[in-house]
Amino acid sequence: MQIKVCVGSSCHLKGSYDVIEAFKEILKRHDVEDLVELQASFCLGNCANGVTLQVDGVEEPHIEKIGDDKFLLHNVTKDNAESVFTEQIRPLLNI
Amino acid sequence: MPQNNRLFDTTVQYIKYQVLKEVIRRAYEGGLEDAYLEIPKIIAPGPKPSVRCCIYKERAIMQDRIKMAMGGHKDNENPVEVMYTACDECPADGIYVTPACRGCMLHACKDACPKDAITIIDHHAVVDKSKCIECGKCTKACPYSAIILQKRPCMVACKVKAISIDDDKKAQIDNNKCISCGACVYKCPFGAITDKSLILDIIDILKKSEENKKYHVYAVIAPAIVGQCRSARIEQVVSAIKKLGFYQVVEAALGADITLYHEANEWAEKKILTTSCCPSFVAFVEKNFPDLVKYISHSVSPMVETAKLIKRSDPNAKVIFIGPCASKKMEFKLEKTQGMIDSVMSFEELQAFLDARGIDDTQCEDSELDNASFYGRIFAKSGGIAQGVNDVAKQMGVEGLKTCQMNGIDECRAALMRLKLNRATENFFEGMACDGGCINGPLSITHGPRNVADVDKYGEAAKEKTIDNSVKLYKLSLENEKK
Repeated sequence: MQIKVCVGSSCHLKGSYDVIEAFKEILKRHDVEDLVELQASFCLGNCANGVTLQVDGVEEPHIEKIGDDKFLLHNVTKDNAESVFTEQIRPLLNI
Repeated sequence: MPQNNRLFDTTVQYIKYQVLKEVIRRAYEGGLEDAYLEIPKIIAPGPKPSVRCCIYKERAIMQDRIKMAMGGHKDNENPVEVMYTACDECPADGIYVTPACRGCMLHACKDACPKDAITIIDHHAVVDKSKCIECGKCTKACPYSAIILQKRPCMVACKVKAISIDDDKKAQIDNNKCISCGACVYKCPFGAITDKSLILDIIDILKKSEENKKYHVYAVIAPAIVGQCRSARIEQVVSAIKKLGFYQVVEAALGADITLYHEANEWAEKKILTTSCCPSFVAFVEKNFPDLVKYISHSVSPMVETAKLIKRSDPNAKVIFIGPCASKKMEFKLEKTQGMIDSVMSFEELQAFLDARGIDDTQCEDSELDNASFYGRIFAKSGGIAQGVNDVAKQMGVEGLKTCQMNGIDECRAALMRLKLNRATENFFEGMACDGGCINGPLSITHGPRNVADVDKYGEAAKEKTIDNSVKLYKLSLENEKK
């Protein structure tokens, strides 16, 4: 699985670097660093709802599906990163 | 003669812009195959010539300009080229005593001459060309301003003496000496030397992306862009660029942050370093100080560093650099840039592109532009890298750095000579070929003191005050590349 954090200008201003740092820490703490690749992406085309995350490589994507194996997550902040991960991403890892 | 509508500093730029605009319009709306026949008549309607001997010569020159707008001579790797018909064969006779010479008693010219080259014959100053070194002291000494120094503006502008006069009295560029800085492009009063445009390649890349569905086309903009586009704000220019069909606009200043990080580290290791951001400066060192090539930083330029970040996160992306620089059109083809940049557009070409597509940037909504730090953004002015590397080194706990700011090729030559002779007191050399830095690049729309203030303001506006987050982003992209 890949998590792409938008670092386009708009998301950057809303704190995408903080979100990246938060996710680095979360992935480590949940011991899933080998399963999830964290990436940055220049603009995911959802500037109004940033910080936007794109989750790639999942079997049954839900929540605003944008492709066969990917979906978007909106309004992510460093403060809600933990709940976004545990509630919406971790269940898809099948662990 | 078409009048400059105050968009550009010079009428020469304005004519180049008109040709580009018409070529771009035809690339979209059709009629490119008739460009050579029709465009000259539109821009030089006649029947009277405005500058040259006849309207037919003017139109022939216009055809040369169209060729340059469509890519120029492909077999010549230099992005800067002389248009043979347009070169007006300016006099280059050196010191010339005009009829204003009164044959006075004072003989200030004779006294001022360090080489004893002036004698007074029949109440008139006469210059012995075999002795004259063209220092110009007599021209300043004459109380009647009767002596002038006739030099070709292109040859004066060229600090590496790459321009000579061929058998037909036309200017010719020696590619072995030329560093593609483009100084002659901006200085030739007849607009006879120009940069070759890649705009048709860029339009092709944009069209084939099928509105960014096949692949994404990113624009990487040089920080010197602030203050370039009329009275539009940079946030509006970003929207305007997207309207041209670009997927996203990213600041080259982001790559500049990473370049600073590399340079500070590399200096800590080598203890003597020159910058490598300016491709004309790098070419200048390679061609004139081969012994000092070992000191050139191995870091790639901010343009390439930014493109690397983009292509690591979006491997099918195409990246177009937009800047003020002629030599970037040479740099992007070099092996060391690893094909990261797909093409290069100048600020002049950007203006022509926007106007050809009917996009008024002053009427566009704002788009955010904020990827880089304060330091990356002030790269555009002379002294910007020196200031950045000083602060970054301090933050990294690296000590002993002494920066030298080399503003323009003459200062580069002087400082590198000291370095070569082991007489330099500094150990970090910031080299920029253009006087004042990139903000005075030859393909800028305007060249003025206002641009420095604009760059400073743009730097201050950055959310990131240090390069830390840019470096983190770089490290993250590297980790993924290794996986």
